[in-house]
Amino acid sequence: MATDGLHENETLASLKSEAESLKGKLEEERAKLHDVELHQVAERVEALGQFVMKTRRTLKGHGNKVLCMDWCKDKRRIVSSSQDGKVIVWDSFTTNKEHAVTMPCTWVMACAYAPSGCAIACGGLDNKCSVYPLTFDKNENMAAKKKSVAMHTNYLSACSFTNSDMQILTASGDGTCALWDVESGQLLQSFHGHGADVLCLDLAPSETGNTFVSGGCDKKAMVWDMRSGQCVQAFETHESDINSVRYYPSGDAFASGSDDATCRLYDLRADREVAIYSKESIIFGASSVDFSLSGRLLFAGYNDYTINVWDVLKGSRVSILFGHENRVSTLRVSPDGTAFCSGSWDHTLRAQPQALLLEVALPGLEPSDRPGPSAPVNLRGCARPTCKTTCSGIKMGPVSQKLPKPAFQSTLFK
Amino acid sequence: MSGSSSVAAMKKVVQQLRLEAGLNRMKVSQAAADLKQFCLQNAQHDPLLTGVSSSTNPFRPQKVCSFL
Repeated sequence: MATDGLHENETLASLKSEAESLKGKLEEERAKLHDVELHQVAERVEALGQFVMKTRRTLKGHGNKVLCMDWCKDKRRIVSSSQDGKVIVWDSFTTNKEHAVTMPCTWVMACAYAPSGCAIACGGLDNKCSVYPLTFDKNENMAAKKKSVAMHTNYLSACSFTNSDMQILTASGDGTCALWDVESGQLLQSFHGHGADVLCLDLAPSETGNTFVSGGCDKKAMVWDMRSGQCVQAFETHESDINSVRYYPSGDAFASGSDDATCRLYDLRADREVAIYSKESIIFGASSVDFSLSGRLLFAGYNDYTINVWDVLKGSRVSILFGHENRVSTLRVSPDGTAFCSGSWDHTLRAQPQALLLEVALPGLEPSDRPGPSAPVNLRGCARPTCKTTCSGIKMGPVSQKLPKPAFQSTLFK
Repeated sequence: MSGSSSVAAMKKVVQQLRLEAGLNRMKVSQAAADLKQFCLQNAQHDPLLTGVSSSTNPFRPQKVCSFL
């Protein structure tokens, strides 16, 4: 009826204005507490010394772009997944491949190691997350024991086991995250709130309780209560898709890496962004971030093939690491903090612990030797095969023309 | 009806915002001090900061065995 329609419009209008005023109030409240910058608080902290890292192991074996990797709790095994559907488990000390399975889909964008070390989970364009038990029995076919756990209505972008092998948390291009029971495949909780594809998630360190953070194409990072499914905090300061989120080791903050070429630190108790890690010279998106054990260092892999190491407290860059020959797609620090591993579209994974020798890591091949991309690459949204209108960034031309040539050869940086 | 569903959606948005507006927040100075404290306390246990000696580094360059 006409009067009902009018009533609805009034309600909608009043709700909208209430939403606007609440948003304004939120801004005000957050601004009131913004009495100082993180780097100011850290002014008197001793600056970090010269920083040298050396690639110690290169894991070769993927025939295509490496999209994701995860460490096993035993600090030596690694699982990685790639565009051609292969999922490989490596022993990073010996570089041996211990297991390999071919998924029925391409673009396996997510993989995770179970806490027990006895299984892995992976998924991608198949819209599912599947768990494979790892067996050393040569006669057993790994693919035969596969268990489909999660079902989304769009691609799987990230997955992680919770504290046990029994539950898996997933993030998807369908805009939701979900918690599943591995044994039954039952959906335990779903998390709605992102306005576009969810690209990443990270679980809070176990001591800080049942929350996790997710980042998406809607430029928002959202913190969720796993039990209620409620979003408890949301942050929207990035200017483009958030590709990676990672909790600070204490659980009180988290970092994000985005296509807007910045990484940011959000403090959960102050409920706001407290640091931006950026430089005018860095114009390519950050695809993956992780902290060192103490939280002092933030490692970030970028689409310009480099890894920047940031001093979290002071906000400055302490080092650039070269070595990959294509964009860095994934990066994780090992569970004991002795090394970190990066995976790239150049088909390799590199493990880099702290070097003892003050040897400057070489920046890789000369441009003429470097295998260039065979076709113009659309840098924006390439990582997501279903990239269409959710992509909000600038489309860039062929990589070889846009790639900034490093003006310096050293990895030592103040 | 599309009208009622957008009202329902807006209600959810307003509910969420009310929740977020009601959070207890800490001053950045305090939060930042805690972050700094955590870093400094754990700095010596951070192998990527302090370095690992070659003998304990599991990733040290692999030596080739030779027969004597």
